[in-house]
Amino acid sequence: MKLRQRLAETGVKAVPGTLGPMNDILHPPAAGRELAVDASSLVKSFGGPGSSTFRAVDGIDLQVARGEVFGVLGPNGAGKTTTLSMLATLLPIDGGRASIFGVDVAREPHRVRQLLGVTGQYASVDENLTATENLVLFARLLGHRRQGASAIAADLLERFGLSEAASRQIKNFSGGMRRRLDLAASLIARPPLIFLDEPTTGLDPRTRSQMWDTIRELVAQGSTILLTTQYLDEADQLADRIAVIDAGRKVAEGTPEQLKSGVGSSTLHLRLADREQTAAAAAVVERALGEAPVLTPEAGGLNVPLTTADQAGDVLIALRQAQLSITTATVRQPTLDEVFLALTGHHSDVHDDDNNDETEEVA
Amino acid sequence: MTTLIDTHPAAAVPLTPAELPARPTLRDTVDQTLAMAWRSTKKMRRNPEQFFDVTIQPLLFTAMFAYIFGGAISGSVSAYLPLIIPGILAQTALTSCMAMGTQLREDMDKGVFDRFRSLPIARIAPLAGPALADVIRYTIASTLTILVGLAMGYRPGGGVLGTLGGWLLTIVAAWSLAWIFTWLGTVARSAQAVQGISMLIMFPLTFLSNAFVPAESLPGWLEAFVKVNPVSHVVTACRDLINEGQVTAEVGWALLGCAAVVAIFAPLAVRSYSRKF
Repeated sequence: MKLRQRLAETGVKAVPGTLGPMNDILHPPAAGRELAVDASSLVKSFGGPGSSTFRAVDGIDLQVARGEVFGVLGPNGAGKTTTLSMLATLLPIDGGRASIFGVDVAREPHRVRQLLGVTGQYASVDENLTATENLVLFARLLGHRRQGASAIAADLLERFGLSEAASRQIKNFSGGMRRRLDLAASLIARPPLIFLDEPTTGLDPRTRSQMWDTIRELVAQGSTILLTTQYLDEADQLADRIAVIDAGRKVAEGTPEQLKSGVGSSTLHLRLADREQTAAAAAVVERALGEAPVLTPEAGGLNVPLTTADQAGDVLIALRQAQLSITTATVRQPTLDEVFLALTGHHSDVHDDDNNDETEEVA
Repeated sequence: MTTLIDTHPAAAVPLTPAELPARPTLRDTVDQTLAMAWRSTKKMRRNPEQFFDVTIQPLLFTAMFAYIFGGAISGSVSAYLPLIIPGILAQTALTSCMAMGTQLREDMDKGVFDRFRSLPIARIAPLAGPALADVIRYTIASTLTILVGLAMGYRPGGGVLGTLGGWLLTIVAAWSLAWIFTWLGTVARSAQAVQGISMLIMFPLTFLSNAFVPAESLPGWLEAFVKVNPVSHVVTACRDLINEGQVTAEVGWALLGCAAVVAIFAPLAVRSYSRKF
């Protein structure tokens, strides 16, 4: 309830229905299942000793069951990639411990590397080599003979729809093709656990949905997947469970449904024909739903959180009866920013509370 | 995108993590190094500029030094050739292996090194592979230097075997010294930094040696440095092999020096590479 108070003090209206269910979301996966990833109190600090150190990851716990698709959701700089890098032996762990299928990450990195495939935020393939050469190289590094490596490369290129570009240098690949090749490279070793670090960041919508299809096929084959994303809808589409990370800490964990129910399933955005009537309209909406709408920064705009789609109709009818005219009405899914606002009390790009204090004084 | 299922199921490996090898075997390490060397040769073929220094420099330097200093130092160009050719060989070895550090640093900044680091491969393979492929460059450089010398009228007293010995020693020395620059590549912050530091190492090592002038002609304090400079040992060893056809103690010292360089800098390079992110 602290958050709602703080929001009220700063003049921002709390989103109705936000806080109750969200507090109940933190719950561990069903006990007794084998854990693919088991990390507790992970810490990574950067910078010099003393007060100048920056804790990029500040005590994160993650438990991912075998066969599960687990999403780590958070804004830029929240510590998602750093967490993944520690789990993938790419960064030393500064505090806490982690194991992959029961193998300790810090003590037995070579074993851990045999258990996972990593697909990075930026495609980690060799720019100067062709698609085939890249896959042949990785296959040979993983112990396949030259001929076997060529067969694996040809097979993977075929299945990822890259056969036509097989002998082209990666330099000349589009972003989507690079990601696909990158993912293909991660599958050569057939790892039981796959890390996908922001697999679709920067991709156009069509390529993005292709990537989603590919990931779904991996899931269908029983791979365990740990993916990071900045997009709520991506986590929603792919993940069984989601952990929300902010400023190096886990702020919530649960199924996509649980997370979304916390912010309301969607938002009705209204623009009034006469901006002078904003206050009157807000009152009408509050009467109709029992909760006040959020006023948008531009005048004459209202955001109405909805728990069911029917409520959109109720609001529109109430406004019509009050003879308040609107120019636009759109319904959209909650954004990551709204989830963040609900969970942390600040927008996803602001990490300090100073702003709130200032607003308080003004108010 | 067609189906991903059946032919190559991603999770087909029966999972018994405790049975997985805890570290790569020597055999794996060799295979992985060869694969990395293969990658480097592919890159060389696409960037033929990488061969400019090892082709132009022997041609240019051999002719230039011989004609400029020949008369002043040895009385005539032909009398200077037995002194300068082994010297140029050592200098070429050093300058061509210097590129290792810069290239490795540039390479490590690219995403593909993240993948190398995430793979269950020997940590030394991404470093030893390029070093192995670079032997091609050293071979070109030393062969050309000797050929230019022969074209200018140099007739090595050590005969074919002695010359081959000096040629081989040059390549071994270049490969060994490359580990210093490999290490630099793993510790420096940028390719430019590697370049700058490499130059600082290269100039005193080559010019403050007996590569171009006899050590006796130098002031005492400088002579003392020249005599302990490992490059001087390589140069003297090359002269003994190529001009005399003799495997002298100097050859032993040169090889021992090379072995020491590798024994010190290869582990250092692997260590800092494994820690770098």
